[in-house]
Amino acid sequence: MKKPFLECSLLHVGIILSVIISLVPFFWFIITSLKSQTAVEAIPPTWWPNGNLDAYRSALLDHQLLNYMMNSVIVAGSTTIIALLLAIPAAYALARVRMKGKSLILGGLLSMSMFPQIVIAGPVWEILKHIGGLNTHWGLVLPYLTLTLPLAIWILATFFKELPRELEDAARVDGCTLWQTMSKVMAPLAAPGIFTAAILTFIYAWNEFFFALLILTDPEQQTLPVGIALFQGEFTMPWGELAAASVLATLPLVLVVLLFQRGIISGLSAGAIKG
Amino acid sequence: MTRNSQESTTGWMMTIPALAVVGTFSLYPALDSFLLSLHRIYLGLPTIGQPYIGLQNYTMLMQDPVAQQAFLVTFGFVLLSTTLEVLLGLSIALVIHETFSGRGWVRAAILIPWAIPTVVASQMWRFIFNDQYGLANLLLFGDQVSNYVPWLASPTWAFLAIVAADVWKTASFAGLLILAGLQVIPDELYDAARLDGATAWQRFRHITLPLIKPALLIALLFRTIDAFRVFDLVFVMTQGGPGDATQVIQFYGYKTLFTEGQMGYGASISIAVFLTLLLLSVLYVRTIGTTLFQREPA
Repeated sequence: MKKPFLECSLLHVGIILSVIISLVPFFWFIITSLKSQTAVEAIPPTWWPNGNLDAYRSALLDHQLLNYMMNSVIVAGSTTIIALLLAIPAAYALARVRMKGKSLILGGLLSMSMFPQIVIAGPVWEILKHIGGLNTHWGLVLPYLTLTLPLAIWILATFFKELPRELEDAARVDGCTLWQTMSKVMAPLAAPGIFTAAILTFIYAWNEFFFALLILTDPEQQTLPVGIALFQGEFTMPWGELAAASVLATLPLVLVVLLFQRGIISGLSAGAIKG
Repeated sequence: MTRNSQESTTGWMMTIPALAVVGTFSLYPALDSFLLSLHRIYLGLPTIGQPYIGLQNYTMLMQDPVAQQAFLVTFGFVLLSTTLEVLLGLSIALVIHETFSGRGWVRAAILIPWAIPTVVASQMWRFIFNDQYGLANLLLFGDQVSNYVPWLASPTWAFLAIVAADVWKTASFAGLLILAGLQVIPDELYDAARLDGATAWQRFRHITLPLIKPALLIALLFRTIDAFRVFDLVFVMTQGGPGDATQVIQFYGYKTLFTEGQMGYGASISIAVFLTLLLLSVLYVRTIGTTLFQREPA
């Protein structure tokens, strides 16, 4: 059915406005990152960059950006892998195996994902201090696992629940154990769900700041969010370098979003609505 | 052993590793926070020990004007930002639910604020509201440099700046949750209404709105819980200032625990935050529950 003129133009205004508002702040940082130091500090600000990559060079060389990035890759990468290894069997069992108290556990996990970080921060810090986990990457991965597992389990359980029973039954009749059924038959079928859970876990761990700030006080170990939050110059705030660092820290995520927009949208809504 | 009980044992073996991690680093710390809140603990003064003082930390909290101010700021922030986020999220959802060419690109563009690290978004907005080099002043006053406003130095503007940054960052997430609600409404309802001559507004008012009410409430619940825990934005943009104008409760708790080392008193703040959130969630869930229940018979 063709839409009337008014409705159609309202839709176009909506599309254009949403896109502009979503992108302008980021574009402003991209423009800033491409300005020279003097252009960044011009009053009033200039609209166009003067095509200068000094800020990127300085962010990478003087501000140890590569080091922060490496730390973030290590922490977010290992969080994602370990979280999935733990979440896949748990989600499969909670979705498919006859067990008492399943819904209690799923409900408990959901409510734990709503804990304010501050309520676990003090004791988590004490535990890590006790076992020598402060200022180490594994010490940060441990709380990240706790924070990401509930959502990962929920998303995966939703996917496992929707898979057809017949394949599973056939596998069992053929003598597969529960572990084999899960790893050989069900997990490959739930691949889109696993993929979505992986992306969301990775983005969470890549972006997390509160625990990273508490646990990593040594600049050598710090992840990108900490590096960017505590960014400082010698005398003035180096906005150009900060903008360059921010653009570099965000680019991997922008790529992920552009490539996997569909999976992210369905994963987020599955975690929320069906939960 | 019967096959079922064997299966259930294997099932538990699959579940327990994940539960053990969550238990050790989430459930246990939360319980431990409660115990800590009943003691007087100063990290800087190990000699005083950790005496049990009952509910004294909580009575202290009730009389702490800074904590009260922090709760007030947090409630104001939650109320304003979640309202704007759900309204904007609804508009976003209505837009990206329509079919038009290039919809994939538009959806990706709208997701970008959600994917950007909050710390990066905070620095971006801090720069936008910069008194000299900021985009806000440039857009509003152009080259009238003498009119430039030092936004983050004013209590009201600093508060609103944080709200603006939060709304920008998370309205798209609210939009996605609402979109999921829109997608389950069957097209036939709209076609039938169109045949009956219903206007666009009437279709929205009498079909869309009642049917996405649960999705709206879920978006509101998720955003409330998240907004109540706001920390990164405040840490980067204002450090709680000017004065205590933007000192939200999680930031105050963080300072008490880790800057001042008051582990006992800080724990009582965190438990108070936890209980407030719990109360809010129960209220919301009951409202969502009843709306879902009311829809059942129809």
